[in-house]
Amino acid sequence: MLELRRVNAGYGRARILFDLDLELRRGEVAALLGRNGAGKTTALKAAIGLLSSFSGKIIFNNRELNNLQPYQIARLGLAYVPEDRRIFTDLTVMENLEVGRQPRRAGAPHWTPQKLCELFPNLGRMRDRRGGSMSGGEQQMLTIARALMGNPVAILLDEPFEGLAPLIVDRIAKTIRELKREGLSVLLSEQNLRFARLVADRACIIEKGRLCYAGTMAALDADPALRERYLSV
Amino acid sequence: MSYSSILIQFLNGLASASSLFLVAAGLSLIFGVTRIVNFAHGSLYMLGMYLAVWLAERVGFWAAVPLAAAIVALFGSVVEISLLRRIYKAPELLQLLATFALLLVIKDAALWIWGPEDLLGPRAPGFTGAVGIAGGAFPQYELLLIVLGPVVFVFLQLILSKTRWGILVRAATQDREMASALGVNQRWLFTGVFVLGALLAGLGGALQVPREPANLMVDLTVISDAFVVVVVGGLGSIPGAFLAALLIAEIKAFCIGLGFSEATLVMEFMVMAAVLVLRPWGLLGRMPAEARGAGTAQQPLARPSPRLLRMLVALVAALALVPLASGGYTLVLLTDVLIFALFAVSLHFIMGPAGLYSFGHAAYFGLGAYAAGILFLQGKMPMELALALAPLAAGFGALVFGWFCVRLSGVYSAMLTLAFAQIVWSAAFQWDALTGGSNGIVGIWPAPWLASKTAYYFLTLLFCALGISFLWKAIYSPFGYALRAGRDSPLRADAIGIDVRAAQWAAFAIAGLAAGISGALYAFSKGSISPEAMGIQRSVDGLVMVMLGGIQTLTGPVWGAALYTWLQDAAARNIDYWRALVGIVILALVLAVPQGLGTLVQGRK
Amino acid sequence: MSVLAVNGLSKAFGGVRAVSGVSFAVDAGELLAMIGPNGAGKSTCFNMINGQLAPDSGSIELEGKSLVGKAPREICRSGVGRTFQVTATFGSMTVRENVQLALLSHARAQGSLFSSMEESFLDEAHKLLQQVGMREQADRQCALLAYGDLKRVELAVALASRPRLLLMDEPTAGMAPAERGALMQLAAGLARGEKIAVLFTEHDMDVVFGHADRVIVLADGELIAEGSPTEVRANAQVRSVYLGGEYGDA
Repeated sequence: MLELRRVNAGYGRARILFDLDLELRRGEVAALLGRNGAGKTTALKAAIGLLSSFSGKIIFNNRELNNLQPYQIARLGLAYVPEDRRIFTDLTVMENLEVGRQPRRAGAPHWTPQKLCELFPNLGRMRDRRGGSMSGGEQQMLTIARALMGNPVAILLDEPFEGLAPLIVDRIAKTIRELKREGLSVLLSEQNLRFARLVADRACIIEKGRLCYAGTMAALDADPALRERYLSV
Repeated sequence: MSYSSILIQFLNGLASASSLFLVAAGLSLIFGVTRIVNFAHGSLYMLGMYLAVWLAERVGFWAAVPLAAAIVALFGSVVEISLLRRIYKAPELLQLLATFALLLVIKDAALWIWGPEDLLGPRAPGFTGAVGIAGGAFPQYELLLIVLGPVVFVFLQLILSKTRWGILVRAATQDREMASALGVNQRWLFTGVFVLGALLAGLGGALQVPREPANLMVDLTVISDAFVVVVVGGLGSIPGAFLAALLIAEIKAFCIGLGFSEATLVMEFMVMAAVLVLRPWGLLGRMPAEARGAGTAQQPLARPSPRLLRMLVALVAALALVPLASGGYTLVLLTDVLIFALFAVSLHFIMGPAGLYSFGHAAYFGLGAYAAGILFLQGKMPMELALALAPLAAGFGALVFGWFCVRLSGVYSAMLTLAFAQIVWSAAFQWDALTGGSNGIVGIWPAPWLASKTAYYFLTLLFCALGISFLWKAIYSPFGYALRAGRDSPLRADAIGIDVRAAQWAAFAIAGLAAGISGALYAFSKGSISPEAMGIQRSVDGLVMVMLGGIQTLTGPVWGAALYTWLQDAAARNIDYWRALVGIVILALVLAVPQGLGTLVQGRK
Repeated sequence: MSVLAVNGLSKAFGGVRAVSGVSFAVDAGELLAMIGPNGAGKSTCFNMINGQLAPDSGSIELEGKSLVGKAPREICRSGVGRTFQVTATFGSMTVRENVQLALLSHARAQGSLFSSMEESFLDEAHKLLQQVGMREQADRQCALLAYGDLKRVELAVALASRPRLLLMDEPTAGMAPAERGALMQLAAGLARGEKIAVLFTEHDMDVVFGHADRVIVLADGELIAEGSPTEVRANAQVRSVYLGGEYGDA
């Protein structure tokens, strides 16, 4: 579905990704694990085109994304939910959804504000609230809903559980599982293995901008040495 | 003052506020989404005026107004697609310069099409009478304008809040990058916003026709008023623009109505100053997002080699020998070249090392020139004393204006420099008693021992050589490095204890002082001074000289000044549309090398 | 007495507590690492110490003198050097000029119009560049340096103001893994040699455990652990909130 091949990327001349290889397969939920600063956010930004990579290839649905603008990538059906949510704070909930709206796409679930309000009942109750006056959890739901309005086939979630109350974490986790059932491929970045385990089928661990493990969640669970090496303090 | 005349003045203010709002709202909208300050926005307004007058004779006034606005909007789309679209990623300074060049081209185009005379427009059929209000008579048409402003305001708010397009515009204003990651194609959004802005400006101009004849000066008057409104109201905020337009227009109306038209500018300035001190980003504005790194900022400014220094000394020596070989005309031209070399170097001092944009450097040139004339004629000072003291006036002006300019970032600051320059220009233009108004001051002649062309040439050479070497030396002094530090990385400069604002403020004052010297020399060399000498055109001249020579070079501005002054002297007398030519050259350069003219001249250092 | 003493530091943004009641101290010649998950309050803490944010309550003292309410510029003047997460140097100048300007500023001569930059503090600048291993590249323009070298220049610039405290915000971010150890070794050597207290944040655990003398851990704005790298590593709470989840005890 989405593949990064030997991607080098960074900000200015600071390099964050070093020959990173990464793969998201059709219909799966993959967790991109790694510590703060390992390059998870950079990898996702490079994929959606917000950061141009120095070298390497990024392929989505058999199309090369390297020279495309973010809006073109989004229109190919790759959605992005940023870490800091980036809600349009001056816009209402409904207006935020409107910004994300794209035409119906063959082979992808079709989302309407009504359907999204069923998925996130909270949003339905605050249709005319301004984004800036919502809580962190509500903003997180809104930013996922906004991305879904583009009827994507795959979605990138950057630390979707970050800073959320346990109850909301469960809510979001349930949503991600529902998205998978609807046929979406999901790549989420996460620092915390506990959260990743709630949703992910497969795990990729990156460290210092390089892929250092890729395998099933179960295999990772069964290998304490591996966890100790990359994830433990 | 009676109750009724207060009311009438108040209504007058409301009527003026409407057209001011139309222009400022468009400017604000365009900036919000594209991050480009459209210096040519006043020109679109001017086009609206001329088109309305011209069309009204053919199709009648009421058909002419929407038609003129539509043509201006169409023109806007052409400008956006053919010009702006190519420079959205260019350095900020280049974007500003490009729209500035556009202003020059439009001005000359209007001159070519409609001639230099003001064009009187028709009165609006159906609204030619007056209404009795509180015992006074008030024109019906003004009432119509009063209603129109709020109507357009509400209409804009509706578009922005109710349509998908408006929602996308607001989203892109807040976070372009995120909007694009959600599949929003900015291209057409930008075009649309620019067209809407142009439409509003054209409409504003067309509606102004019954109140004011179409003229070639209105572009700058309007754009500097709009800048003041936008700075006061907050860049990017439509309600802010509405509020500020009301505020500024009312202040003007009352100052004029009370018979203190000279005080208008002072009041306007005071209001702007007060707002900026209390709310640096305007009444309803917010702190702008981080300015993008300017593409040319990180280029080194090489220390002059011993060889270059020897060459410069030889050049000065050669210049000192010129009077032996040639006379009159050459000396006058060389005197001009020297004066403008100092002017360009002083502008370069703040634009290059300090990275501050000034689109109104002529203000300090003019302050120096006018101070020289006023001290000499009205202060009855000896010429030598007047020449020595006049630059201080310019330095003082730069100190006052600079205090505000260094508090704001890039484009905000650039708008402010232009607004200040326009204020100084209008003061000179309006304050008949002191400045002689549009005629200026005549009879500013040097002392007898300097009266000959040769003697004055030597004086100019001495002052300019000293001034330029002082400024160049300052660039390589610790102070100059501190300026560059503040430009390269304000964060780091702060972290090693440099007060960036204080350094920039000082640089502003020094540059103002130096420009003042060139202005004072200019006044005594010509024997007269008029507002034209400090108009926006002079500021543009300075910018072109600096850009011609290369902003990241040391001696570039001198060569730029020499080339430009010579060209102007040779061509301006033969080519009617010299300004447009300059504008077209700038536009061609910007389009050919959108990443900065600096890249062109790099090899030449 | 500690060089830096932070007591009961708190900061809230719009009612949300970002940092609450954090206290710690750094001694001369000591390297203290501050770690914790994203959003734990590390940057907020850092920005209060360097003056970019004003704390709601609590005290920050540098050798007994309060830093609260001072601007970043004044904090530098009181003896705090900084390096930034994304290097901040003066790109248009040479390596040497970067250091010279910092030295001039330290001597409060950065506003001089009449002296020449060329000769100012030349020996001192060369000595500092020697210390960070950049003497050979003194004439190169900063904008053209490799990223790792830029980090070294930044270190020299920070040291030019003779700081008693050095704040390093993610000192190895953006560097190739192989360069990271070398930079930290350099910083540690200088700090110990000159008796400078160092406080740094870092995501690379090899850097933290390889170079810090002590480690403090923040989570949800609070200090949850403090101790030697070995102690912190073994701390169950740290393991639970930071990486690795609840694995230690699963």
